[in-house]
Amino acid sequence: MKLPVSASESFVEFAGVQKSYDGEVLVVKDLSLRIRRGEFLTMLGPSGSGKTTTLMMLAGFETPTSGDIMLDGARIDSLPPEKRNIGMVFQNYALFPHMSVAQNVGYPLKVRGLPKAEIAERVAKALDMVHLGSFAARMPGQLSGGQQQRVALARALVFEPKLVLMDEPLGALDKQLREHMQMEIRHLHERLGITVVYVTHDQSEALTMSDRVAVFNAGIIQQVAPPAELYESPANSFVAQFIGENNRLPGRIEAANGTLCSVVLANGDVVTATLTDAARVGEDCLLSIRPERVKIAPPGGPLDNHFEAVVAEMIYLGDHVRVRCVLDSGADVVVKVGNVEDRPVFAVGSRIPLGWRAQDCRALDAA
Amino acid sequence: MAVAALPGEAGPDVDRTSLKTKLRRAERVNRARSFSLVAPLLLFVLAVFALPIGLMLVRAVENTEVRETMPRTIAALDGWDGQATPGEDVFAAFADELVQTQKDRTTALVGKRINYEVPGARSRFLKAGRLVDAGGGGPWREKFLAADPEWGSVEFWAIMKRAGATFTPYYLLTSLDLRQDAQGAVGRNFADQSIFVDIFFRTIWISLLVTLATLVLGYPVAHLLAILPPRHANVLMILVLLPFTTSILVRTTAWIVLLQSNGVLNDILLALNLTTERVQLIFNRFGTVLAMTHIQLPFTILPIYSVMKSIPPSHLRAARSLGAGPLTAFVSVYMPQTLPGVGAGCLLTFILSLGYYITPALVGGPQDQMVSYFVALYTNREMNWGQASALGAILLLITLALYALFNRLVGIDKVKLG
Repeated sequence: MKLPVSASESFVEFAGVQKSYDGEVLVVKDLSLRIRRGEFLTMLGPSGSGKTTTLMMLAGFETPTSGDIMLDGARIDSLPPEKRNIGMVFQNYALFPHMSVAQNVGYPLKVRGLPKAEIAERVAKALDMVHLGSFAARMPGQLSGGQQQRVALARALVFEPKLVLMDEPLGALDKQLREHMQMEIRHLHERLGITVVYVTHDQSEALTMSDRVAVFNAGIIQQVAPPAELYESPANSFVAQFIGENNRLPGRIEAANGTLCSVVLANGDVVTATLTDAARVGEDCLLSIRPERVKIAPPGGPLDNHFEAVVAEMIYLGDHVRVRCVLDSGADVVVKVGNVEDRPVFAVGSRIPLGWRAQDCRALDAA
Repeated sequence: MAVAALPGEAGPDVDRTSLKTKLRRAERVNRARSFSLVAPLLLFVLAVFALPIGLMLVRAVENTEVRETMPRTIAALDGWDGQATPGEDVFAAFADELVQTQKDRTTALVGKRINYEVPGARSRFLKAGRLVDAGGGGPWREKFLAADPEWGSVEFWAIMKRAGATFTPYYLLTSLDLRQDAQGAVGRNFADQSIFVDIFFRTIWISLLVTLATLVLGYPVAHLLAILPPRHANVLMILVLLPFTTSILVRTTAWIVLLQSNGVLNDILLALNLTTERVQLIFNRFGTVLAMTHIQLPFTILPIYSVMKSIPPSHLRAARSLGAGPLTAFVSVYMPQTLPGVGAGCLLTFILSLGYYITPALVGGPQDQMVSYFVALYTNREMNWGQASALGAILLLITLALYALFNRLVGIDKVKLG
């Protein structure tokens, strides 16, 4: 695996880390990853993909079966969690129900033996930072989900850790609050300059918040890249499918010409596509096209590919309309049509011309 | 018609009342149904539990023996000034009623009641019974005094008069090592009869020891139960619950086999050269507390376990990640959250221990018998139900008082049984 972050830049490094719970199955397989100082890195993946295990190894609650984990240039494999000085926000906040908000936030300072006056001052500052200054005396049970989340955040930040880990911290919040908290966490990260490692299974959350996203599947990092790159040029069909919506056309690569290749679909139609590392000439592949990159346009324009398709379904979504079409090869293609005033209206069953550019259509592995 | 109310505007007041009536009617059916479900148990509890306890409490102050058998003597004593030996009218009524009690064979009963307060009264009553049986008529005062000068005692007649009241504080006072003298003043009881306060304190002390022992032994087990993977936790849970499948009597007897001087444990201690002579492990305080602890352990463990089970493991992890060592995290984050369970388990064990009877009776020495033992003694052997009831009533009162104290200190709403 390539490491785009150089060794000198790296703040957190996983080097060949493996983890197995039962000695039979590897939950994390040969993980190598470098994280920059001040970076917001998200580990994204379906449940059971090894992302939480990776986070727990970094926090010190799980030990790697093999490999090294380095933090700020030092190996931390044998350090217990309390010695790592890593702030952590848990899925269900893990606020201590028998302590007030102020006691919760002051806890990391109290166990470090700081004087009372300083604790009070720093707790007040941390609570102000998350806009909960007036809630110090409340008990966690009296707070809403979003407020509890902010207390957990203040508690993880109050002792000024260099690294903060977040394990699906917004999973229990409703959509609006979640989006609001995403921005709040993002801004805190920018303001404090801390390194954040964030775990989520929500791809839109990963795209909105992160500097880079590491996509996990089956214990392996599939791709580490900034959100735009992840979306625009997914490294393989898993990433393409997992991030955003995706049209998939199965075919076989017949010939390649530099970065382009020609792919034959089931009915013999030929598509010009971009060749990626994930696919080889002569082998089956999966073409991936984002719905918003498919145009409804008659042949003769600037598009590299032109096909006719039958409209199967129109789904009205407010700001756009999704048109599901069936190509002659039998594959489904979804087209996103913006809800503008002169939007074309199609009858279900009518044939319409579709087209897309070769660089928007990537030939990926058939898996 | 333009003025006719639209359907949506129909008189809201009328609607609301009919709605309320409908609601009440609908709920009445539901309430009746749910009451009919609990009614059998409620009636059962009232009939075999609440009612007997109520009657028992009444017996602690009830005083019918003298009043029912010698009403005329008591009436005659009403006019007595209490300064000197009563006159012939009292003795005549007394002799008259003795004739009747001799016929009914209740002389001994009355004598026994007076005997509680005047030692030797029972045999004097029986003698007096034979005196009146001999016949001959009065004047009875001289005859009685000639037979036994004690019949002239002012104190005796004062107590006799008091024994004629419908209710008596005698049993309750005795249970608190107090007595009322002939003048009615309350003071300390005679030293040889002052045993009950010690017994109450002993009962509370043994219960405290047992509660503490079950907590110290049970807390780690409960924690283990809560953190083990389900497969192993189930096995451990069966082990914890296993004692429930055996009767208390059998388990207590098993301790006798194990702990007696020629028992298994002593054999092992000797074989290992840990002692040179056989150790007294049973029929003393040690054996009592040990056997009771064994029986009470599940009662302490289960509430603690169920509370521990509800504490998310992420709390301990959060504490560790925030910089607390394993011990600090456990003490400052985990243990405070288990307090509701500890409170419930300890309260349960403590209150159950207060009422122990068979175990101390079998494995304890004379100095380890608890209040229940004396309740049984007075009920079965001494046939003094008043005393038994008074002891029971005071034990009940102490239990309620301790429960109230616990409620004040910990708050019963914070206690969780599961």
